[in-house]
Amino acid sequence: MTYIAKPKFHHPGLPKNELGYTHRDYEGKISTLCAGCGHDSITASIIEACFELSIAPHRVAKISGIGCSSKTPDYFLGNSHGFNSVHGRMPSVLTGANLANRDLIYLGVSGDGDSASIGFGQFAHAIRRGVNMVYIVENNGVYGLTKGQFSATADRGSKSKRGLVNNDSSIDLVAIALQLGATFVARSFSGDKHQLVPLIKAAVDHQGAAFIDVISPCVAFNNHVGSTKSFDYVREHNEAVNRLDVITGRAPIKVDYEPGKVEVVEQHDGSKLALRKLNHDYDPHDRLAAMSFLQQHAAKGLVVTGLLFVDSDPEDLHQHLNTVAAPLNTLTEPELCPGSSVLEKINAGLR
Amino acid sequence: MPSASPISSVNDFVVRFANVNGSGSASANELFARAILRMGVPVSPRNIFPSNIQGLPTWYEVRVTEAGYLGARGGIDLMVAMNPQTFDKDVAAIEPGGYLLYDSTKPIPMARFRDDITVIGVPLTAICNKTYSDPRQRQLFKNIIYIGALSALLDMDVPAIEKLLGEQYKGKEKLLQPNIHALHLGRDWALENLRCPIGLRVKPANGVGNRIFVEGNAAAALGAVYGGATVCAWYPITPSSSLAEAFTRYCSRLRIDPDGNKHKFAIVQAEDELASIGLVIGAAWNGARAFTATSGPGISLMQEFVGLAYFAEIPAVIFDVQRAGPSTGMPTRTQQGDLLSCAYASHGDTKHVLLFPEDPTETFEFAADAFDLADRLQTPVFVLMDLDIGMNHRLCRPFAWDDTRKYDRGKVMHEVELDAGRDFGRYLDVDGDGIPFRTYPGTHPSKGSFFTRGTSRDRYARYTEEGGAYADNMQRLLRKFDTAKDLVPRPLQANAEKATKFGVIYYGSTSPAMDEAIHLLQANGRTLDRMRVRAFPFHSSVTSFLADHDFVFVVEQNRDAQLRTLIVNECGVDPVRLVPVLHYDGTPITARFIAQTIGEHLAALKVTPLRKVVS
Repeated sequence: MTYIAKPKFHHPGLPKNELGYTHRDYEGKISTLCAGCGHDSITASIIEACFELSIAPHRVAKISGIGCSSKTPDYFLGNSHGFNSVHGRMPSVLTGANLANRDLIYLGVSGDGDSASIGFGQFAHAIRRGVNMVYIVENNGVYGLTKGQFSATADRGSKSKRGLVNNDSSIDLVAIALQLGATFVARSFSGDKHQLVPLIKAAVDHQGAAFIDVISPCVAFNNHVGSTKSFDYVREHNEAVNRLDVITGRAPIKVDYEPGKVEVVEQHDGSKLALRKLNHDYDPHDRLAAMSFLQQHAAKGLVVTGLLFVDSDPEDLHQHLNTVAAPLNTLTEPELCPGSSVLEKINAGLR
Repeated sequence: MPSASPISSVNDFVVRFANVNGSGSASANELFARAILRMGVPVSPRNIFPSNIQGLPTWYEVRVTEAGYLGARGGIDLMVAMNPQTFDKDVAAIEPGGYLLYDSTKPIPMARFRDDITVIGVPLTAICNKTYSDPRQRQLFKNIIYIGALSALLDMDVPAIEKLLGEQYKGKEKLLQPNIHALHLGRDWALENLRCPIGLRVKPANGVGNRIFVEGNAAAALGAVYGGATVCAWYPITPSSSLAEAFTRYCSRLRIDPDGNKHKFAIVQAEDELASIGLVIGAAWNGARAFTATSGPGISLMQEFVGLAYFAEIPAVIFDVQRAGPSTGMPTRTQQGDLLSCAYASHGDTKHVLLFPEDPTETFEFAADAFDLADRLQTPVFVLMDLDIGMNHRLCRPFAWDDTRKYDRGKVMHEVELDAGRDFGRYLDVDGDGIPFRTYPGTHPSKGSFFTRGTSRDRYARYTEEGGAYADNMQRLLRKFDTAKDLVPRPLQANAEKATKFGVIYYGSTSPAMDEAIHLLQANGRTLDRMRVRAFPFHSSVTSFLADHDFVFVVEQNRDAQLRTLIVNECGVDPVRLVPVLHYDGTPITARFIAQTIGEHLAALKVTPLRKVVS
């Protein structure tokens, strides 16, 4: 529960984006998570990404499940509608919302327990349907609110704070997302805002199922020696394959990479992704190669981060269903109800 | 000669076809039922089928009833025994004096027949084998051949059958002639070799009128189209699958945008029932009309989400085509078994709106109404059908639609009102009816957004775990449920000519059997007032009905008297005064059963008051 009201005043000279909004317009309530929680850094990155993209804050629908990560939508985009649904079921609620109004931006926020355990099925099916969304998993390998049990993304052999060893294989949601056909797959680290913010921006611009797994250490229950999701461990084992910048008509180009080493990927909506390759063996357009690269590095104990796969011309669920351009929730009686004369004909056919 | 005299009846008898699942008999049997309808004689057919694709026994029963009794009657006057697996049981099921039609190609020992029935052998396989060489044709035309034989035996109108075949094979004329040929093969053989007609006959009448012949699942789907549903999420489960499939079919005809052939609907076959209801809740939260169709096991899986929708106040329409359960077997049999699991679905204190349509036409009406009610009340609404209504063709009133009708989207605050400075509190009871205003996501840049959660919030949707705010909200939800009592379809009451201290309450698919049972009881000098409950929460007239009678029979198709439990719970009535009449073997309830059970109770009540027995 928030006991502290957020002060309303702010610096008069705060920079404004193209729509005239400041950073503050993308903020939400004060976080109730633990001080130093990785999730709060992700919240900050979401705010930064939406500010930089000049998104009208109310055009985003934030949907989450249950858990520490799922609480965070209350802490950003305070002028957006949010939905704290039931544990593991964010993907179905988001899919339904998306069907009702294809014009909003859908931001699904979930955790490793929410998406890899109780909601593993819903995660998989939303991805394979190609729902146009940004699906962020704030992955800390542990159940925080229930005080430190392992989640399904905890690596085999990693130790809990109480010293227990996890003997079960871990689920790598990135590998699964690649296998199930996500058209944008990335991994990042909550402690690396410079990597994460452009990834979120690119995912928002991507008109298909975009998945970002963000390793986000739990300072209370999973930041000790023996954990593979601690700040120190991830910093030491982070293998970033590329650095990204997002170029849209709305945001200024900020590529400071050396010329010649930057690959520009044009997305379907006209936005461009400037990719600086850090690993020359890595091709983010080759799904199979990405899967193989990921597995090989995982075997060496390395956490591969960056934009791992992107399909620059994705399809989404609405295309598959061939729905009208107007949001379904705006259709009214004349467009929906066939009327009495049609019904008379139907009656005649039933005699 | 049979020891019982052969039954003689015109336009009032029951024929049952015993077939093998997957043998193509369904369309031939339906043709038989429709042909009688075309002769102006009402019929009431029922599928009795296994959980199986091919090979297991399946039955199709046609009650021919000029009097218009559309409930199951019980008893079989003519058995068309086409399944060797069930032959002995089928023969045993025939009423004394009844008739047996069987395939006499292979001789059957006399011991397997009965001497109190009329046995009619038609060498169907022999006729087929002589005429057709293709095994599939032999199989399919055998069905049409027995319809041909029946047309002679029952004195049916042949042009009516030919016309129906013509309609069925319109555009596929190549198939029409062979079917008509097969029909006459059977008919001619019967006319030449058998005494036609038998004691059971169909005589042209004027009993059908402008009524339509339709399945409840199709009617529900059409009601959803007319009610403005745009999102459907479902998971296949018998007996509800054909509802979502019919919605798909109707939408592809009625909801295509002429400009570009785009769809004004979205249908998702979800991965399970949890996802189905999640999709519905997400879509409805976002302002679309959305529904799912399922059966009992699906309702069990949806419980957590239904609770969230109740507390978060999200409209959702759930069609529950009830069946017996769980697992396999009985799930292809009918039951009214989900009342309690729907009425109080989920954890915590929850109550839900239930609608109980009696037949396909009322299902169409309630389906469309359900979307208005869900939006108005901002809560899940269950349309409780059952297999008997959903998967059988029923003769019923034609569908009607008032073109001046507007969808009631309930209390939604839009950009204009927010800009005008109207106070928006998502859970604020501004009108005293317990129903707050909502906004759709994306409405306004700085006003009217809120965070949707379960119970931990105040009137302005701000997070709180304060007990006072929780209790305040729970009280408002009760007020809202009270408001619902006057919005849902009212009970229908029919009083006996003379005042009586006995009443009967029933609902849903029991309706036609109950109407008939009242006549049977009257014939024995027993009169009752009756009330058909059409929705939960109960309208105040239910309580009045209970007060007006010493004893009220509650007739339903489940073991645990679920409606009676609901009445006891919600109306505060002495349970002793509610006498359960329960039928739950998976077959549809019959008038004979109701009349007999109520008759026995009334006889017992005359001797010793029930109140004394119990206390």
